[in-house]
Amino acid sequence: MSKSVEQVVKGGSFLIDEIRPEQVYTPEDFTEEHEMIAKTTEEYVENEVLPVIEKLENHEFDHSVRLLKKAGELGLLGTDVPEEYGGFGLDKITSALIAEKMARAGGFSISHGAHVGIGSLPIVLFGNEEQKKKYLPKLATGELLAAYALTEPGSGSDALGAKTTAKLNADGTHYILNGEKQWITNAGFADVFVVYAKIDGEKFTAFIVEREYPGVSVGAEEKKMGIKSSSTRTLILEDAQVPVENVLGEIGKGHKIAFNILNIGRYKLGVGAVGGAKSAFEITVKYANERKQFHTPISSFNLTKEKLATLASEIYAAESAVYRTVGLFEEKMKQLTEEEQKDGKEIAAAIAEYAIECSLNKFFNTEVLDHVVDEGVQIHGGYGFMEEYEIERAYRDSRINRIFEGTNEINRLLVPGTFVRKAFKGELPLLEKAQSLQEEIMMLMPEEPGDEPLAQEKYLVRNAKKVALMSAGLALQKYGQELDKEQEILVNFADIVSHIYAMESVVLRTEKAIERDGLENSKQKLLYTEIFCQEAFNRIESDAKETIVAVADGDNLRMMLSALRKLTRHNPINVIAKKREAAATIIEKEKYVV
Amino acid sequence: MNIYVLLKRTFDTEERITISGGRINEDGAEFIINPYDEYAVEEAIQVRDEHGGEVTVVTVGGEDAEKQLRTALAMGADKAVLINIEDDLDVTDQYTTAKIIATYLGDKEPDLILAGNVAIDNGTGQVGPRVADLLGIPYITTITDLKIDGDKVTVVKDVEGDEETIETTLPLLVTAQQGLNEPRYPSLPGIMKAKKKPLDELELDDLDLDEDDVEAKTKTIEVFLPPAKSAGKVLEGELDDQVKELVSLLHNEAKVI
Repeated sequence: MSKSVEQVVKGGSFLIDEIRPEQVYTPEDFTEEHEMIAKTTEEYVENEVLPVIEKLENHEFDHSVRLLKKAGELGLLGTDVPEEYGGFGLDKITSALIAEKMARAGGFSISHGAHVGIGSLPIVLFGNEEQKKKYLPKLATGELLAAYALTEPGSGSDALGAKTTAKLNADGTHYILNGEKQWITNAGFADVFVVYAKIDGEKFTAFIVEREYPGVSVGAEEKKMGIKSSSTRTLILEDAQVPVENVLGEIGKGHKIAFNILNIGRYKLGVGAVGGAKSAFEITVKYANERKQFHTPISSFNLTKEKLATLASEIYAAESAVYRTVGLFEEKMKQLTEEEQKDGKEIAAAIAEYAIECSLNKFFNTEVLDHVVDEGVQIHGGYGFMEEYEIERAYRDSRINRIFEGTNEINRLLVPGTFVRKAFKGELPLLEKAQSLQEEIMMLMPEEPGDEPLAQEKYLVRNAKKVALMSAGLALQKYGQELDKEQEILVNFADIVSHIYAMESVVLRTEKAIERDGLENSKQKLLYTEIFCQEAFNRIESDAKETIVAVADGDNLRMMLSALRKLTRHNPINVIAKKREAAATIIEKEKYVV
Repeated sequence: MNIYVLLKRTFDTEERITISGGRINEDGAEFIINPYDEYAVEEAIQVRDEHGGEVTVVTVGGEDAEKQLRTALAMGADKAVLINIEDDLDVTDQYTTAKIIATYLGDKEPDLILAGNVAIDNGTGQVGPRVADLLGIPYITTITDLKIDGDKVTVVKDVEGDEETIETTLPLLVTAQQGLNEPRYPSLPGIMKAKKKPLDELELDDLDLDEDDVEAKTKTIEVFLPPAKSAGKVLEGELDDQVKELVSLLHNEAKVI
């Protein structure tokens, strides 16, 4: 039985609606199978991948191929492939968990992710019956390895500006592809590439291109800053002959595949970032406990504690937000009929509903990861700068995450853009909410949150949403259609929304945990929530102020600033004390614990 | 072949042991299959794959041990049995566990029973041999190799680093030493299948046992952590003096000679 449509949380609706804890998925909801699969992945990484990581870093990619096939034997390549095509057709939580646990393997996790995600999923979701039968069983076992080729030297963020062309041959049997695809993960060994080209220079279309087709070749291995244990090369198409039956999806509709795959790639990066952050964090805490200066483990210094607690509360936020998002996909997909669930386009649409959340996860979580590895190196001191220490690789590996699958800047700009589109399409009553808020603000009375757990944090979330609507409404009033040129304001808005999503995710997760396990067993979660919400709210206030000052003037400015002051009035918590308390548990357990 | 594996749920090897109120603190600790029992599970699966039959994993414990049993099923065991004593017994020892398992196995006619050499928590290594004794079958501990040919069994036993090869017959109980095999980790298909495999739960009543029948033969007087390691001492001066000082320290301070 599917639930009524009203119960499904709409994409982006968190900004205007109040969400209840039972509506969010949390890591505490993992099943026993989820945990076993996570453990298998962890053991696979530890026992199979890490022992040869140096060889992988030195570009000995025959190991990558061997390891991917081994992953296939364990079933770690087939979670998203339906059972009828040789996979397991498991839920998205499972594939997210696998991605999280793979992340410790650095560049190799990118190889894995490119194969199961952007490499295989276009065929899973948009392939026709023959294509699925031909490719998916072999992709699920690793007999065939996949890659995804969208970027070109001249088109990165502007993906549709691709120059690669396709032309039907005289016999009508093959498309002849010409062009170069740049920075293609797995290009060194992939058997199958999903390639985008413009038919007759116009119709943007996806193709399944096999490595063995005439005219297909790859360039030299790139020398990269990080993720060196993944193969990255140019895919060269010189009169490449692609059979007409290998057109993927509809001719001229390649952008639909590309954008949907980007959504998936984005949240998957968000999950991977959580895994990478947890692993870098653990290395760092262990080091801080071992390393002594002035006869004292450096983890005993309050400044180290401050760093550890800050990072852990950010990881908690990233983790809570991304699994909440994956839970949204699951709920949405449960609404589909059995027929629809078999239709990849429906599944892609279920994910696209949450395009905003995908973007938020992408940029927020990858920046959390960057923060963790950066402070990780810092806590390691000079040793963190040395290659023998794993944190050094983690630091270099992290950097690309803010760039690929849409730079974090592009992803930020997508957030307000998508909100505005949803508002004008009538999917979200944003404008109405903004309107009624204006009246509310005029007669706003300061509110006193109670002192029960999470009362203050819930109050901050509620008011942060009002702050977001107020500042966005103001900007929209002033600039109207021209708002898309005010990129600084758009990015401020995206940051405010991102902090709201993360704050709300931690509050709801902690609330759900307290309901289930009691306050005593949820102490660490509560500390993270208090720390994170306070710090996120401070940033929201500062972003909103910057926007208001840039947009309004005169009396209006004074009025708006006064409204902001009312909305942000609260008694700040003692973050320093909370962090010391949270750090004590972390230092004892020597890892990120909740 | 009718194969049974005795399995214990133990603390993760990475857990730090803390004590509160005279008991080992279990709050928030991670639990695993006792690593030596993992070798036993792996060996059982290999024997079954070669000779046919069925692998049943048995544990005595509480509801929480279901997770470890499910993991053994995901590795490839066919059935699992949890003998749940949570509500019946507060204090147990190796006698209790062995008696319960032997009673359970009494009418099962096992051909081969595998257990871990020791559990990494209490480390007594008693349950396996006691079960064999109660069942009246031979046992060999700390094995590193197992070959079965009909009823004939050839076993290599680790003897403090040396090897002893022993020939015997089924039925037999063996306990696994490190090096017996490389335990597999559960594959996704294994994990999915494990959901559907039978996991039976029994209580003392189902075995016609009273609490008195299995009452512990030992009593725990005190639980304490090993004393914290103090910093070492570096002796200085002439070699002769150093030797003299060392001997005197061993005599008077460490009191070991």
